[in-house]
Amino acid sequence: MARITASVYTSHIPAIGAALDLGKSAEPYWQPVFRGYEASQAWLKENTPDVVFLVYNDHATAFSLDLIPTFAIGCAAQFRPADEGWGPRPVPMVQGHPELAAHIAQSVIQDDFDLTIVNRMDVDHGLTVPLSLMCGQPSAWPFAVIPFAVNVVQYPAPSGRRCYLLGKALRKAIDSFDAPLKVQVWGTGGMSHQLQGPRAGLINREFDNAFLDRLIADPQAQSRVPHIDYVREAGSEGIEMVMWLIARGAMRDDQPGDPRPKVVHRFYHVPASNTAVGHLILENH
Amino acid sequence: MALDKPYLDIPGTTIFDAEQSRRGYHLNQFCMSLMKPENRQRFKAGERAYLDEWPMSEEQKQAVLARDLNRCIALGGNIYFLAKIGATDGHSFQYMAASMTGMSQDEYAKMMLSGGRSPDGNRYLHERQAGPLRVKSNG
Repeated sequence: MARITASVYTSHIPAIGAALDLGKSAEPYWQPVFRGYEASQAWLKENTPDVVFLVYNDHATAFSLDLIPTFAIGCAAQFRPADEGWGPRPVPMVQGHPELAAHIAQSVIQDDFDLTIVNRMDVDHGLTVPLSLMCGQPSAWPFAVIPFAVNVVQYPAPSGRRCYLLGKALRKAIDSFDAPLKVQVWGTGGMSHQLQGPRAGLINREFDNAFLDRLIADPQAQSRVPHIDYVREAGSEGIEMVMWLIARGAMRDDQPGDPRPKVVHRFYHVPASNTAVGHLILENH
Repeated sequence: MALDKPYLDIPGTTIFDAEQSRRGYHLNQFCMSLMKPENRQRFKAGERAYLDEWPMSEEQKQAVLARDLNRCIALGGNIYFLAKIGATDGHSFQYMAASMTGMSQDEYAKMMLSGGRSPDGNRYLHERQAGPLRVKSNG
């Protein structure tokens, strides 16, 4: 049977991808960011999964205002890195896992989460920047990826609670897939940032770190935090953090007495461009 | 009964909800068209003519021509879409962000380096004094 071994959480700031692609990662501005992922890259080499289920949001790239799915699962065999206006990032093609993706869609929809199934889609920096941060610059990504896009462009995004419960349905689906696959679930986006209006540039260290604490120790409580708290405290784009709750909900510690997942790595840095960088790796016991 | 919109009292912030999305549909779809190089080229060659191909309001077109991003947002624009105008102009996202805050790009970059804009005094409209938003740094 397939099983979830670990979850990874990270911001997916586009400027990080640009810094890497343009060879600026050694510059003093970017050094602290990339240093925060050195241990993660080493860990991933030791703990390479077969498949990563990668939760991210599309930034008006694959989805315009013509179609705004709340939850969209990529079931294709391949996904091209998107041209976001500067040409596609020079990163490898993303290889999907159509069999597992279709299995997850069928299972999760029967658990009352009405996913949109996507058989053709380009993937933007929301998906490729986390891959670059965790894998560096390989000629091919070392695992298959199932892209899972969450709407955070048009308000309201799904609630934290909905995301957390979706994570549980996701775990049930993966646990019932009849092949010995190691799967990681990645939650991306955040942390505090606001990209629009006179309040742009908002950063809230206290909120971000309290979020990380509660994501680790009491995700149920964090899942009940309403949208307005994210928007007011962590900026209009800080709402992306609800996506981390999908990955957290997929971890195996939701029964009374279950041990909490092991914290392998935790990192926080301000700023990367307009945004606070947050990163966490949790392993199932 | 009207929907509850608790986010209307956050200063300097417009939440892109269903109402804004409806208002800005054509404006945002125009921005989306700039994802294609041939459209970027046509837009640059004649901005007004290109905008006139879209059923946008005159106010929206003027806001785009003036690169007034705050005005674009008030008229239904969404920042992820509007960012494509900045990309077409060859500007970084930080340049665009600074332009909405009334700061120079340099001042804005310095604010970010010293920890960003503090949420203190910036959570509720009633906390705001007259004048620009507080830029107290976190650092």
